[in-house]
Amino acid sequence: MENSRRSFLKLAGISALGLGTKPVLNAFASEEHKAEIQKKPEALKAKRWAMVIDTRKFESEEDLKPIVEACHKIHNVPEHTTKRHEIDWIWIDEFKHVFTNQEHEFVDDRVKYLPFLVLCNHCENPACVRVCPTKATFQRDDGIVLMDFHRCIGCRFCMAACPYGSRSFNFRDPRPFIKEENKEFPTRMRGVVEKCNFCAERLAVGKKPACVEASNGAIAFGDLYDSDSEVRELLKNNYTIRRKLELGAGPAIYYIV
Amino acid sequence: MLELVIKGSKKYWALIIGLLIVMGIGFGFWLWQLSFGLGITGMSRDVSWGFYIAQFTFLVGVAAGGVMVVLPYYLHDYKAFGRITILGEFLAIAAVIMCLLFIIADLGYPMRALNVLLYPTPGSVLFWDMIVLNVYLLLNIVVGWNVLEAERNGIPYPGWVKVLAIFSIVWAPLIHTVTAYLYCGLPGRGFWLTAILAPRFLASAFAAGPALLILLCLIIRRVTKFDPGREQIQSLAKIVAYAITINVFFFLCEIFVVFYSRIPSHMDHIRYLFFGLHGHGVLVPWMWTSISLMVVAIGLLVVPVTRKNEAVLAVACVAVFIGTWIDKGMGMISGGFVPNPLHHVVEYTPTIPEIIITLGVWATGFFILTLLYKIAVSVKEEVSEV
Repeated sequence: MENSRRSFLKLAGISALGLGTKPVLNAFASEEHKAEIQKKPEALKAKRWAMVIDTRKFESEEDLKPIVEACHKIHNVPEHTTKRHEIDWIWIDEFKHVFTNQEHEFVDDRVKYLPFLVLCNHCENPACVRVCPTKATFQRDDGIVLMDFHRCIGCRFCMAACPYGSRSFNFRDPRPFIKEENKEFPTRMRGVVEKCNFCAERLAVGKKPACVEASNGAIAFGDLYDSDSEVRELLKNNYTIRRKLELGAGPAIYYIV
Repeated sequence: MLELVIKGSKKYWALIIGLLIVMGIGFGFWLWQLSFGLGITGMSRDVSWGFYIAQFTFLVGVAAGGVMVVLPYYLHDYKAFGRITILGEFLAIAAVIMCLLFIIADLGYPMRALNVLLYPTPGSVLFWDMIVLNVYLLLNIVVGWNVLEAERNGIPYPGWVKVLAIFSIVWAPLIHTVTAYLYCGLPGRGFWLTAILAPRFLASAFAAGPALLILLCLIIRRVTKFDPGREQIQSLAKIVAYAITINVFFFLCEIFVVFYSRIPSHMDHIRYLFFGLHGHGVLVPWMWTSISLMVVAIGLLVVPVTRKNEAVLAVACVAVFIGTWIDKGMGMISGGFVPNPLHHVVEYTPTIPEIIITLGVWATGFFILTLLYKIAVSVKEEVSEV
């Protein structure tokens, strides 16, 4: 009796250990999960999404503010009163800060004082995805880098890894700071990281990103691998620059200056 | 042996109660942080890691430094250290536990911490850091406990313990290397993006850990009947002397590469730390204090006359400990974030609640260390009486 109970406990212990390590072992196994979520027929699809921002069509911050507002409103981005707690999906900065490696003393006045839009670059080789210890941030087949707010543990490794400063952290409950809640999109809670999602939720129902819609044609969005797409047309006919190319992250936001 | 922790003098109990009070206050503030969020700290969108991660980094070093008494004993059969290996192992246990607590304190959503196991991601260095730290903790508990128990019973420790001890010697540099890899593999953070980071971390670890051990040995000699031994302390002092010199040498290597190449993204962080950038420079006096302390310590430790004087040696060890603490615990982490990737200078200073939580974790570490050292020293006293 005594013996069988002991051996039962031993067995149970070993089994529990086995079950506990299974997910760890799975990570090293090379089995591929082929489950696919069916897309709506009206959804916009691409091999790799990209954005071209034509900065020639902007003159002052006033032209950009509606774009930022459209994004932040639709995505329930809070407006914190403390600078430390700030959350930005898309924001405005100067040339010398956006293109730190291309700034020089004699840059022409238009570019020098022109406000630039900054957002997540949805990199081809995203450092944030590489460092995330839980796969809470991941890259979709169409290149969009997304966040799973329910899996994020708030370690902020992704924020240290992002060379573009595109990520924000909920240092406190954001809900009291959302002016008008959009019920169509989830609000977040304290302790998780967030950033621009290239409006994945809008693409899924056939709509272009909110910033593109609000830009009066100054921002183009499309498939980088479709030679007939609007972005390819713009890239073919204009010289464009991207941020910190030397890091090899492969940013998907192109700027016409 | 656990019973030894409940038999102690009044002073022992006063220390225990004092530490428990600090722990309790720290825990209370942590509960506040848990309900409010990390907004009670000084961290921001620009400096997204602060005091907690810096303490974690420093303490991984202290934990790894414990190996400096274990290695000579097991690999080189340096018998003198047999007397104090347990002190190194128990220090490592307390330090690793502090590391883990600082990670928990830094998480935005600590209740989800086990997601790291549930969705294991071998591509993330944090996943490996979790593994190396926990294994190192386990190794030190098993080895330390078994060796001490064998000593108490007057029998040689079992052979498999030696195998594990040697394994832990290989493992110790690993924990700090992996911790350095957390930072030095990130693109766009010029301050950390250097291959010397892991070696530098190890050098400062092998200085800070043994320096703390020397101080602990001196305290133990004064307050208990167990004398860790003059030879042991002197040997440790030589280790600290080499390690702190190598640490400063590595730092100067970094300075040469950065300032001779003149690449702004690498220069700006060091400029910020030591001279201030665009009118911001809260850390400037701290960084110079750190360098001065380390340089003075090198002088005191390398010259035999000063090293052999235990009072001077104690001063040198305090200088090494504080110097390396400022270097890693203050400059290393926030220095990497200032200026930020868009070249804005947003400074970071810890808030009062953040400092109290930090003190709470340090008190927890010293609480564990006190209990473990109480056991170790009581066994040593017991054995010498027989």
